Amino acid sequence: MDKASLSNDCAKVSQNAPGRASDSSGEQVSRIKHALTRKESSFSERFVEKILWFAGVSSVLIIALIFIFLFKEAVLFFKTGHPFHLVGLWQYDDWEGKNVFKMMWQSVSEVPKYSLLPLLCGSFLVALPATLISSVIGIGCAVYLSEIASPKVREILKPTLELLAGIPSVVIGFFMLMVAASLIQNVLHTKFRLNAFVGALGVSLVILPIVITITEDALRAVPKELRDASYALGATKWQTIWETVLPAAVSGISAAVILGFGRALGETMIVVMATGNAALVTGNIFSSVRTMTATIAAELGAVAHHSEHYYALFLVGAVLFGLTFILNIISELILNRMRQSLRM
Amino acid sequence: MAGIEALAIPRLKIRYFDWKEAFFLGLVRLCALIPLCALLYIMSKIVHLGAGAISWEFLTQAPVEGMTKGGIFPCIFGTLAITVLMIFLALPLGIGAAIYLVEYAGGGFVFRVIRAAVNNLAGIPSIIFGLFGVGFFVLFVGRNIDAVLRTGLLFGQPCMLWAAATLAALVLPVIIVATEEALNAVPHSHRAASLALGATKWQTIRDVVLPQARGGILTGAILAISRGAGETAPILFTGCAYFLPRLPVVNLFGVIPMINPLDQFMELSYHIFIMATQSTNAEVTLPIQYGTTLVLIALTFLLNLTAIIFRTYFRKKLGQVSLQ
Repeated sequence: MDKASLSNDCAKVSQNAPGRASDSSGEQVSRIKHALTRKESSFSERFVEKILWFAGVSSVLIIALIFIFLFKEAVLFFKTGHPFHLVGLWQYDDWEGKNVFKMMWQSVSEVPKYSLLPLLCGSFLVALPATLISSVIGIGCAVYLSEIASPKVREILKPTLELLAGIPSVVIGFFMLMVAASLIQNVLHTKFRLNAFVGALGVSLVILPIVITITEDALRAVPKELRDASYALGATKWQTIWETVLPAAVSGISAAVILGFGRALGETMIVVMATGNAALVTGNIFSSVRTMTATIAAELGAVAHHSEHYYALFLVGAVLFGLTFILNIISELILNRMRQSLRM
Repeated sequence: MAGIEALAIPRLKIRYFDWKEAFFLGLVRLCALIPLCALLYIMSKIVHLGAGAISWEFLTQAPVEGMTKGGIFPCIFGTLAITVLMIFLALPLGIGAAIYLVEYAGGGFVFRVIRAAVNNLAGIPSIIFGLFGVGFFVLFVGRNIDAVLRTGLLFGQPCMLWAAATLAALVLPVIIVATEEALNAVPHSHRAASLALGATKWQTIRDVVLPQARGGILTGAILAISRGAGETAPILFTGCAYFLPRLPVVNLFGVIPMINPLDQFMELSYHIFIMATQSTNAEVTLPIQYGTTLVLIALTFLLNLTAIIFRTYFRKKLGQVSLQ
């Protein structure tokens, strides 16, 4: 459509313009038309666009495939397993001499138990403290970067954060396992050397850069006029930050915290190395726990394909994927709304 | 803040010391110091503990005596091989997607869907990619290729190809975001000038936009390599080997040696993981563990540093271009 109108315009121009005497105007028009609608060129253009379109939707395709292949295997668990077994199992206990309700993840015992509760418990017991720690530090750091730091300090601190984000999680896991765990046990005298708190500290290091980056973006998006107005009313710097800037950026900050929480739930290598891997239903942060991610990482390697255990692990993965997906979508929606309201 | 100073109002001299103000601003400063200290502490501790293990033999020899002695050369080789394979798979796809987003999609519904997908892909836990690699690449794609080509069990088992494909899916958002930024930094007037000279859209992108965005794309590629080299969870079940007595190399046509994408491989981050958690004698192998960690952290640190320096350099250059 564009090309047709363009060629019409060109034709008008060429008719009005004093053409060379030897060229009849009809010939000129056809030449211009020919140049504008070169068949081979427009074909390759469209071909390239198709290829680029495919590359563009590839990420949508990958998410769809992850979704399909995760849930396809996960629902097969219910072919043999009962949905109620995901909560717990009544089983005769030799010690107590009666039937007790067991909420356990014991995938390789005589009667395999696939209760998701200890795993969910473990995941949240690591992810919540980690998010709390990195939110407090991360928001403070972002406030410093956006409100206080001079450009020079920023130029040093920002790359430092990127380098921190670039440390492989297996290295942080190894560091927590070898160095930090003993240190923390000596200071806090915990019963277990490897516990949820050690894992949470490691995970908070991983999500700290994410929280800082998004919070800083949110703070920078607060209009300068608000700060100026606050200063003009006689507020000090801290009063301006606390009463004006932070409330104005609260939606962006909450998005950062939610995103950080999602990452904390999904962190694998640190928790598999540093949380002790005991699947317990507990609220004690200094007890050994086992997260969903650690369970998959530790057990999928030694499981027969297409067994009940295999499907159970995919089910754990599907639950984890669902949780993080919802958290990602929420933070995405909040950030989108924030961007839109700022544009207005 | 700058606005206040610009107003040239004489600054009020506060005569008393505001304890509350000083306390909270100090607290904020302290928060900013924590990431710095954490980075320095981790790095110095690992350098301190690992430096003793590093030697020429450690870097160039294979593990011996049940992995209690010897070097980590197969792991270094495997890490390099899989990142090369990964970047070959991910870079064209990522650059293509970014070009489509910036130059073709134009802010509509498709744009928003792809944007949301890229953001979500970046937030999917890495272990989920591992599950996806097993379920999709190894058991679905691999087994089906075997069934069609009648190759027995060649593609349908964990190998470097599927591990690289899984990693490629993981690092795709890194490349897309970096490339997008680079493309957006190219001044709009350059595109307009090229189109006005009669170049087609693709000619404009190929000959005007992409050459200017080269630096940013390179930065993204380096960041992706660094990310891919450090990830462990996606490759746990898609091709990593505890120990491999040979390098994953095959002779093409019996002569040209090349990486064998259908073989398993050893990898640095996986090596750290198994040596620290599943080693038969964790005490004896401690120097190997620290040494391997030092090698991996040095690798990713250098890659990230290169990417940061590159980006600063190219941003400055582009800034000059748009000023002219």
